[in-house]
Amino acid sequence: MERLKQLAISEEGFIFDPVTGNSFTTNGTGLFILEALKEGREEKEIVDLLTEKYGTDKENVSRDLMDFMEQLRSYRLI
Amino acid sequence: MVKKKYEKPVIKKLQMGFMNKFGRGYLSHIRQAIDGVSIDKLVEMYGSPQFVFSEKRLRQNYRRLYNSFSNRYPNVQFGWSYKTNYLNAICAILHKEGEVAEVVSEFEYEKARNLGVPGHKIIFNGPFKTISSLKRALEEGAIINIDHFEEIQDIERLAQSLNKKVKVGIRINMDTGIVPQWSRFGFNLESGQALDAVKRIAYGKRLVLNGLHCHIGTFILEPKAYSLEIEKMVNFAYQIEDDFGFKIEYLDIGGGFPSKNRLKGIYLPPEVIIPSGEDFAEAICDTLLRCLRPNDFPKLILETGRAIVDEAGYLITTVHAIKRMPDGLRAYVVDAGVNLLFTSFWYKFNIEIDREVQGIPEPSIIYGPLCMNIDVVEESINLPPLPRGTRLIISPVGAYNVTQWMQFINYRPAVSLITIEGKIELIREPETLDDILGKEKLPQKLQLNLED
Ligand SMILES: Cc1ncc(COP(=O)(O)O)c(C=O)c1O
Repeated sequence: MERLKQLAISEEGFIFDPVTGNSFTTNGTGLFILEALKEGREEKEIVDLLTEKYGTDKENVSRDLMDFMEQLRSYRLI
Repeated sequence: MVKKKYEKPVIKKLQMGFMNKFGRGYLSHIRQAIDGVSIDKLVEMYGSPQFVFSEKRLRQNYRRLYNSFSNRYPNVQFGWSYKTNYLNAICAILHKEGEVAEVVSEFEYEKARNLGVPGHKIIFNGPFKTISSLKRALEEGAIINIDHFEEIQDIERLAQSLNKKVKVGIRINMDTGIVPQWSRFGFNLESGQALDAVKRIAYGKRLVLNGLHCHIGTFILEPKAYSLEIEKMVNFAYQIEDDFGFKIEYLDIGGGFPSKNRLKGIYLPPEVIIPSGEDFAEAICDTLLRCLRPNDFPKLILETGRAIVDEAGYLITTVHAIKRMPDGLRAYVVDAGVNLLFTSFWYKFNIEIDREVQGIPEPSIIYGPLCMNIDVVEESINLPPLPRGTRLIISPVGAYNVTQWMQFINYRPAVSLITIEGKIELIREPETLDDILGKEKLPQKLQLNLED
């Protein structure tokens, strides 16, 4: 997750990548995941944290997380 | 404790690319003054929002364009397109520079006369000329370009009742490669309709045809289109002279030159894609001189609108609120919206700020003050975090906005002019409730009495 540590992430969900000059926006859930990834947490752990935080079902959350990780990969952020 | 509502996590890449005006050197997009007068001073005097016009820029634009043509052709006349901007002060400056008036309605005709333009210095165009306005125009010797067969008949009747033979022009339309083709105005050349109109005028014997008018479109980026227009007009003029004995004394080629504005969807900067006045003048005058017969120099009339006034106009507006959209985008609410900026539907404006602001620029959206979804002044612009009260200076906005603006939800604001001498003149007062209520009538039985 070294790559993620290079990003400038604002509290409001604006992300700037100083390496490529690209910028991104994300929502609250996305922000939560990014912070968790930066702290080095495992995906499984993040699913639990999200489920706990939002009180929503685990299956949904893990599917969304996979999708989100895909997006990060496609932007070469991880 | 109520848990926060779950949202699917998303991340979106922001497409800014080379549109990114504020990306690096956004400091160069600071504007603290217009023609040496500070934005603060302007706002202090006449408030925000406020349209501000530069007399200097207006005269410069006119003179530069006029010279491009008059240096190449001996008989040039500009006609100020009133619909582009008919504020008295703007029209008066251009009339003082030597422009006649080009009007397209009874209202605009009356406005020009009221300002002091004599009838013979008015070109009267348009598809809807009332009988009363035609009568007045004929009596006062205006140049009238006929739009349709009914109008030929109207003018013949009026000529008969006035008992005089009157000179008229006809508007024609043609294919010059420009799409959309403006074929709804005047008589079509290629189909033979224009020739029919000439025949009809000759056969009626009451009118003398002495001019041709054409307007091929607006924001035309291709000088060649005008070469084609000129060639077709000159050939048609000679056909009329040879076959009907009418001498065509003027060729009015309409308006249509672009201003240095940025059309939405076109990413190259205006300086790169907009041909200069010289380019248009060269294409037009070279073609004229090539196609005209020796020693024949009919008057070349131009009705250039936006290319003359657009860059002379600015709109000052103020940040009123700052929001964060659900998708993360930063948004600003400012005090001027599409009610004042009709041209925002097709232009991506130049937006400057009045002060240096620290912080990372980020893509932002600028909303107007209307409680309407369509009120978006700018969909995406990189801006540092602007505090409330920051002024934005939007340009070029001199063409078509102060005529097509709407009194909708809000009042229309003040318009000021910075003169060549550096004085600030109020040229249109901000509207008040009385301006709007003055025209309304409330039936007696609807008078409200809700207080008691
Ligand atoms: C007859 C006529 N003349 C002149 C103009 C001014 O055009 P522009 O502002 O494109 O120069 C117009 C605009 O629609 C027009 O219809």
